[in-house]
Amino acid sequence: MSPFLCLGIESTADNLGIGIVSSEGIVLANEVKVHIPEEGGIHPREAARHHSENIGEVMNRALNKTKLGIDDIDIIAFSQGPGLGPCLRTGATAARAISSYLKKPLIGVNHCVGHIEIGRLTTGAKDPLTLYVSGGNSIVSGYESGKYRVFGETLDIAIGNCLDTFARAAGLEYPGGPAIEKLALKGSKLIPLPYVVKGMDMSFSGLLTAVYNEFKSGKYELADLCYSLQETGYSALGEVTERALAHTKKPELLLTGGVGANKRLRDIIKCIAEEQGAQPFYVPINFATDNGAMIAWTGILAYKEGITTPIEYSYVNPKWRLDEVNIPWRI
Amino acid sequence: MADLKIIAKGAEADIILDPNWNGKKAIIKRRNQKKYRHPMLDENIRRIRTIHEAEIIHRAKESGIPTPLIYLVNPTKAEIIMEYIEGTKIRDIVMTNNDEENTRIFYQIGIQAGKLHKLKIIHGDLTTSNMIKSGNRIVFIDFGLGEISEEVEKRGVDVNLMKKMLTSTHYLKQDILLSAFLKGYVASMDEEAKEVLDRAEEISKRGRYIEKE
Repeated sequence: MSPFLCLGIESTADNLGIGIVSSEGIVLANEVKVHIPEEGGIHPREAARHHSENIGEVMNRALNKTKLGIDDIDIIAFSQGPGLGPCLRTGATAARAISSYLKKPLIGVNHCVGHIEIGRLTTGAKDPLTLYVSGGNSIVSGYESGKYRVFGETLDIAIGNCLDTFARAAGLEYPGGPAIEKLALKGSKLIPLPYVVKGMDMSFSGLLTAVYNEFKSGKYELADLCYSLQETGYSALGEVTERALAHTKKPELLLTGGVGANKRLRDIIKCIAEEQGAQPFYVPINFATDNGAMIAWTGILAYKEGITTPIEYSYVNPKWRLDEVNIPWRI
Repeated sequence: MADLKIIAKGAEADIILDPNWNGKKAIIKRRNQKKYRHPMLDENIRRIRTIHEAEIIHRAKESGIPTPLIYLVNPTKAEIIMEYIEGTKIRDIVMTNNDEENTRIFYQIGIQAGKLHKLKIIHGDLTTSNMIKSGNRIVFIDFGLGEISEEVEKRGVDVNLMKKMLTSTHYLKQDILLSAFLKGYVASMDEEAKEVLDRAEEISKRGRYIEKE
């Protein structure tokens, strides 16, 4: 197979990303535009509108960066799920249009697989246990016999959702995670909050309710609440990750997703990796948050295995689980 | 003392073999400090889990479910000293066992899981790494996440974890193993089983993005 180029479209939630990647794994462009809600959290319809209004501009930015024209692209990949339906559909519609206009193969990619694959590409990790933590997902997974198996996951909301919602309720600036991290550095008092690990799964909805109630009670400094929220939530993630690492005996531990930028969580991951004799890897932030390059690269891996998505099967799947996807390129 | 040997480093605790603890071969389960956790949070978690685990192991044993015999508990050091069980982890024999043997073992595991639940014990970490085949007995170890409860929800979480374990680790034989486990569970839980199994099903569907009918 001679070298080829893939254009990847990511539009799962608030990030609109276009990436251009070569079949040798060189990222030529990775442009992102973020939808920032005027108030509240992400409204799927508003985010989708943002994506449809901006996708032309972001795509031009990506193409200009590579000095290529759209005709030079060989295959089109898009994020097919999981995610917010209206947002996914915007990216999928653009992907279908380009693919059928240029008569280039179309490949629907699982967003979570994309995170893991770009993590492996950019860090050099070969067979890691992955902790993927973001606004929409909190998953501990590792490759085993043809699939990325899920060893632990949140039973309700994602850790990023928990942080963002609390940050908004407490009047902190956008984005919530970094604001909490900054304030937590000034906190020192550990306030008891629910630490929920059920077997290998975790739960953060009770933690969110509890920290919000403590905030409303006015009994505590906001810095201490932020500190305690991080300590409790990240410790639960750490425990599940450590258990899965001990269980799978993987030699590598990969941290990815937007929450993976948090320094406290990185310290926890490093500590666990040392304890279990694994090598820690941190995905660079522009590849750890939602981006188009991860979709393009995963599309390339699939295409090399002969996988394409016919238009009639290119409808989005907002609830597509990571562990449903076959991963033939790792067999 | 010089002969202490770490035989397993779990995620939570070290399992240390003492070949001569007052004349007996013993296991020391020591919950190590987790440097990544806040010291106060860490100490609380370890102390409470140590006491609970000892209580629950004792309670299960008293009622005839094979568990290690407890020799000594030290909450401040987060240590339990207990009987050494000769045998092999179920996890390590599933793949090499024939179907007949696996059916027998998982039926037995189901029976014992049901018995635990009848005794208001929740195991909390019902996985094949936490069971040892010792002669003809299946010994349940590691009640570290166990608790006393007869809530349907918690029983359901136990059963669901076993199911998840079979689909994530023993997926090649999951159908045989699961049906034997459930048969055993129903046999010892009788009329209470249905409610738990329905709940387990519901819990697994609470997992994200599972196909709901």
